[in-house]
Amino acid sequence: MAAVTTERTPAPAPAAARPRRRGQAPAWRWVILVIAGLYFLLPLFAALRFAGLKAFGTVFTSPGFVPALWLSVRLAAVTWIVSMALMIPTTVYVHLRMPGMRRLLESVTILPIVIPPVVLIIGVLQVMPLALRASVWMLGLEYVILAMPFAYRALDAGLRSIDVKTLTEASSSLGGGLFTTLWRVLLPNLRTAVLSATILIVAMVLGEFTMASLALKETFPVWIVLFDQLNANISVAASFFALFVTWLFLMLITVIATRQSRRTGGAEVTLFTVAPRETIGN
Amino acid sequence: MPTNELAGNETTADATQSAKGVTWAGSAGGAHGGTSVSLRSLTRTFGATRALDAMSLDIAPGELVALLGPSGCGKTTALRIVAGFEFADAGEVLIDGRDVSGVPASKRDMGMVFQSYSLFPNMSALDNVAFGLRMRKVGSGDRRKRAADLLDMVGLAPQAGQFPHQLSGGQQQRVALARALAIEPRVLLLDEPLSALDAKVRLQLREQIRTLQQRLGTTTLFVTHDQEEALSMADRVGVMRTGRLEQVADPAELYSRPATAFVAEFVGTMNRLPAELGGQPVNGASTVTVLGTTVPAQPGGPDSGPVDALIRPENLTVKAAEDGNGIVTNRTFLGAVTRVAVRLSGDTEVSVDVSSAVALEMAPGTAVEVGLPSAPVLVTSRAG
Repeated sequence: MAAVTTERTPAPAPAAARPRRRGQAPAWRWVILVIAGLYFLLPLFAALRFAGLKAFGTVFTSPGFVPALWLSVRLAAVTWIVSMALMIPTTVYVHLRMPGMRRLLESVTILPIVIPPVVLIIGVLQVMPLALRASVWMLGLEYVILAMPFAYRALDAGLRSIDVKTLTEASSSLGGGLFTTLWRVLLPNLRTAVLSATILIVAMVLGEFTMASLALKETFPVWIVLFDQLNANISVAASFFALFVTWLFLMLITVIATRQSRRTGGAEVTLFTVAPRETIGN
Repeated sequence: MPTNELAGNETTADATQSAKGVTWAGSAGGAHGGTSVSLRSLTRTFGATRALDAMSLDIAPGELVALLGPSGCGKTTALRIVAGFEFADAGEVLIDGRDVSGVPASKRDMGMVFQSYSLFPNMSALDNVAFGLRMRKVGSGDRRKRAADLLDMVGLAPQAGQFPHQLSGGQQQRVALARALAIEPRVLLLDEPLSALDAKVRLQLREQIRTLQQRLGTTTLFVTHDQEEALSMADRVGVMRTGRLEQVADPAELYSRPATAFVAEFVGTMNRLPAELGGQPVNGASTVTVLGTTVPAQPGGPDSGPVDALIRPENLTVKAAEDGNGIVTNRTFLGAVTRVAVRLSGDTEVSVDVSSAVALEMAPGTAVEVGLPSAPVLVTSRAG
């Protein structure tokens, strides 16, 4: 046996073996759950009743439904791609080289939330070249700005849960170049953060109304409002459908992310935060 | 024990591989040709602080040199400059005689083990070890075999498929060591790799690192603030202070003949006794009077002003004496020897090591006579 070792290897402790008390939830928890549930579900129920089941059958064939939804999906994709391409290198760079700038960047990225979308879109429309103003992709670029707070926060949380500096240096001492390190070492460990950012971006784009309507682009939410004037039932059914699809999408991403992070002991997945894992003992 | 652990079946260090920066050491014993490292007057300043101040150090092929010093003395900066993560303002790093200042870290072929856990969380232990080989375009079969061999070498073959979060801290550092050795580095850099571990694991890993290093003959630079670690593992120890090397010597010499007061007091326990420089030199060496006795002083000390003598606890003698020069204040049993604390007249506290049998008669409060060694003592200017 070639091993030069004296240390016995203990069986690995089961990760995250948290004591869980089942069936002991006090009554008030249920009261809160029911109240909160009613608060959220009642409007849905009302919408469902108002629309009537028949409306759901005709939603997909309603004029303008498919193009509007398709436009929103494309915008979501473009927004996601541009956001990730911009924000991943930026956040990694800031964590590695300018950790002091994190606070500043945090406040800068929060601006789109503070500044009303009306202001953002009107100003941009004034100065934008006509060719771009007419294009739907202009809206995608606007959405990148709107998505910035979400993308930055999700990625920042992800980067804080790993030791970016040490991992980068370890990779580079082993011969990993800049791109390899980003692709093989950092990104796989940021999967949860990227998924969080994706969820937030997609949900935001699929629901954004103000900018799209002011820019006169018929995205899905705009279509819902316009169509509402023709046929309120179908419009409500459509928004119900949108809600369901978005929810399904979010669940799917969360499930995938959770499975992934269980396998590698990565960060815990919630929609808005990425909690760092703990190392077991010595 | 098989001698080709590392080499596996790739025993040809041919030119094309070397050109790509891959050098498989395939000779018997797995020993490297050996790489020499030279640090030439490295200087590095961070703002107003001078982290490195014209530091120079030569490491012979296959040697393990430890840089020892308090935090902020520049030892980590020196290591990081060798690794290529930091850059010197002046001076150069020579690897086998060639200046590597312009070479990026990823092309330096240096294995590094970090203080904090640095395994890639998304990869199994095996994939972590194989990472460097993958970067060197080693085929997947060879890669896995060699990674498995290395994990076996650090005693973690059964854990090959586990992810870092499933491993203990000691296991993680062993995987990190295997990962650093997998690329057959020209130089192995250890940046306080044991400081996050608990005492027992630290001791085991210390021996394991040293055994492996000697077997592979990899030139190693080891940074630590733990003197015991440095003295027990290194061929030579460099004691650093404020960006400068105070002394580089083998552990025994460092302990018995410290070059400066700082080294003397940083390494091991040292007593500081008020002394007076003597008049006439004896055999060319100056003398110093300590505790009323005149003894030769080690050359190189100050030749005027108030001075202290530095004497190790085991070099002082102590015996019970009614009219002695001190009173025992404390006793600490250390096994074969007992460290006796004595308060001398003038409120100086000294520690004296005596055999535990002798120490039995020295309960606190006992009047004792502390005596000096006959060997030359180290003299230094009196501390403020």
